[in-house]
Amino acid sequence: MRIKFSYIFVFLITAFILLIFFKSLFEDKSYVPKKINNKIENISIEEFYSGNNLMLKELINDEKYIIINIWASWCIPCRQEHQYLKNISKITDFKMIGLNYKDKKENAEKFLEELGNPYDVILRDKNGTKSIFFGAFGVPETFIIDSELNIVRKYIGPLNLENQVEIEKLLK
Amino acid sequence: MIKKIFKLLLLLFFFNLISYSFVKADNSKVDEISKNLRCLICQGQSVYDSNSDFALSVKTLISQKLDAGNSEDDIYNFLKSKYGDWIVYEPEINKYTLLLWLMPLFLFIFGGLLIVKKLFINRT
Repeated sequence: MRIKFSYIFVFLITAFILLIFFKSLFEDKSYVPKKINNKIENISIEEFYSGNNLMLKELINDEKYIIINIWASWCIPCRQEHQYLKNISKITDFKMIGLNYKDKKENAEKFLEELGNPYDVILRDKNGTKSIFFGAFGVPETFIIDSELNIVRKYIGPLNLENQVEIEKLLK
Repeated sequence: MIKKIFKLLLLLFFFNLISYSFVKADNSKVDEISKNLRCLICQGQSVYDSNSDFALSVKTLISQKLDAGNSEDDIYNFLKSKYGDWIVYEPEINKYTLLLWLMPLFLFIFGGLLIVKKLFINRT
């Protein structure tokens, strides 16, 4: 029996499409872009208490890395990760910066009073535009940044014990 | 007196109309750009359609960048550098997206050839 070339071709195309669908069933659905620019521009961000604008580079002195944690008082997962942030903040020789995201100042202050303040510096992102420079999707997100403002690690969502251990290893 | 009030109201009306058209023109540019951007944390919505915190922040940023004199391409390129090509609905042609762009064309040509073969060549 002579099998037509077109039938074989249709079969191969269908098999290829089904293979892609089947493969994607088992893939992680959370989207993390691979082809991104990991360098952050030296932008100015408002300091939480004084309201003065600070350039990002001004925050880095001799530290090899700094941590930037995006948080908000209205964010429930931020409460979950706060303990891990406090544990990490016990390590010296690095700076932990909190970027308060779309929050009311008094609520943010209450949040820190209640749970403790692990941050060396707190910045404010009133309208969420500064977080876009970090490539953030929302809160909470944590970035480890080197002295040249390159993102070394990025944690989307609340930090956990595993992340804490990984960060501690990197910073020590 | 009534005439004066009428003139004042007319003046206010035209002033309002002019200022509204300026605001609308500005917003329409933001709308136009945000319609071409995918809301990355929403299901099947554009940045324009979505009211999520992420989408609202992107819209504010587009507005700020337009005010600062950035072009439409500058804004797309900036967002692509932060979130990858996925943020734009129409990805540029490169080695990663070549199959995506060529597949429909390829299938169209193949389908056309099958029809031509079926209708004309098989008859003869």
